[in-house]
Amino acid sequence: MTHASSDEPLQKTPLNAVEHELGGKMVDFGGWELPVQFSSILEEHDAVRKRAGLFDVSHMGEIEIRGPQALEYLQKLTCNDLSKLQDGRCQYNGLLYPTAGFVDDILIYRHAADDYLAVVNAANSTKDFEWMRDCTEEFDVEVSNRSADFAQLALQGPFAERVLQRLTPLSLPEIRYYRFARGRVSDVEAIVSRTGYTGEDGFEIYLPPAEASDLFRKILEVGREYEVLPCGLGARDTLRLEAKMALYGNDIDHSTTPLEADLGWIVKLDKGDFHGRDVLQREKDEGVRRKLVGFEMVDRGIARHGYPVVDGGEEIGVVTSGTHSPTLKRAIGLAYLPPDKSAAGTEITILIRGKEVRARVVPTPFYKRSK
Amino acid sequence: MIPEDSRYARSHEYVHVEGEIGTIGITDYAQKELGDVVFVELPQVGAELEMGDEMGSIESVKAVSELFSPISGEVVEVNEALADKPELVNTDPYGDGWMIKVKLATPDEVDELMTADDYADYVKLEAGK
Repeated sequence: MTHASSDEPLQKTPLNAVEHELGGKMVDFGGWELPVQFSSILEEHDAVRKRAGLFDVSHMGEIEIRGPQALEYLQKLTCNDLSKLQDGRCQYNGLLYPTAGFVDDILIYRHAADDYLAVVNAANSTKDFEWMRDCTEEFDVEVSNRSADFAQLALQGPFAERVLQRLTPLSLPEIRYYRFARGRVSDVEAIVSRTGYTGEDGFEIYLPPAEASDLFRKILEVGREYEVLPCGLGARDTLRLEAKMALYGNDIDHSTTPLEADLGWIVKLDKGDFHGRDVLQREKDEGVRRKLVGFEMVDRGIARHGYPVVDGGEEIGVVTSGTHSPTLKRAIGLAYLPPDKSAAGTEITILIRGKEVRARVVPTPFYKRSK
Repeated sequence: MIPEDSRYARSHEYVHVEGEIGTIGITDYAQKELGDVVFVELPQVGAELEMGDEMGSIESVKAVSELFSPISGEVVEVNEALADKPELVNTDPYGDGWMIKVKLATPDEVDELMTADDYADYVKLEAGK
């Protein structure tokens, strides 16, 4: 966690009281007081992989983009191609600086041709909003920070659909992956999207903050027979890492490009001009300096964020994320490595608190659900 | 809850002394703070430890922490079971989840450590921070 300690009071989500009541072990996450776990990271992780788990992700930011040139504007600021995105669908995208470094990685929801919602990382929401506002000049578009108007719950896991279906008249099977619908969930007007950050099937639900506690409790109540567990940030991190989903501040930041981060699938160089396009074109032509790859430990230990990767005493790369994978029961991680060391099977050496330990580059994702 | 027959360090290790042998592990409070333990790195038999020396590390899913020896002495036994079952530290920190046994170099040192009552107060302070 990169949050500098300060005397400012922690921000609280609308679910703070419920989380305390449910025994959440609360921590400071980027200035927000959130549960790292309720029961145990391993149990919560397992619940999401096998049944379902419920997360409070209300700290995420929401930025609304409206106006006749909303599409042109977003195309300029991001690297993925939004031109083919239809109403009711969403897209994972990179909000880039002209250097091709990430301002943030975001989800963009299209309500209509002139009405989009960007869902952004909590710690970045002010930065993102200011950046987006500063980029509006040439466009007929209005950008507003709606973060305070939304709470967000994520119900993730193979039983997510059948649990949530009991609370909504929306036909959930019709909301396919990366689509969304507006409708009532437990009598509250909400946006329901089939998205998530766990590598599992599931939904993210956006709703008014005042209604969030009731819905959180209702989902747990309805989910009791499926042993749905409330889950914290700890399981969210192990789940997303197994699925190799990037974490801003760990795996990507202003100094890394989407091609370095192995996110080439969200880089559409032929969509027209956009921030960072020339840099990405050059990287594509000449190759990247470094590449984000997955590794698993050969020796014992867990390589964590910031640990150096060395070769003959020289630092050649850095670990960006690392944990014990509850599904694989092995230590896994992500690291930036020179391209000639990034092929699967390559043995690498990581310094864990001064001690050299062996690891091996492996194909990713570490975990892929069976459909 | 906190065993009366052991002594406690500010870094949350306990030592249970029987004769000249001290059994060392981490407290129930410490294991709860760490969460699911997945890996424990311990010194080898024969290692000489001074009170306060780093004696190893403990990895939970979410973080790594150093382990400090609460007393001085020579390591005479290491709990090999933790290699395959590190979760014993969570399920039975004062029993099967013990870490090392040392032959005490300076038995009087134990008096410098907290009693169970002192440690209970200390934990209350820590938790309230």
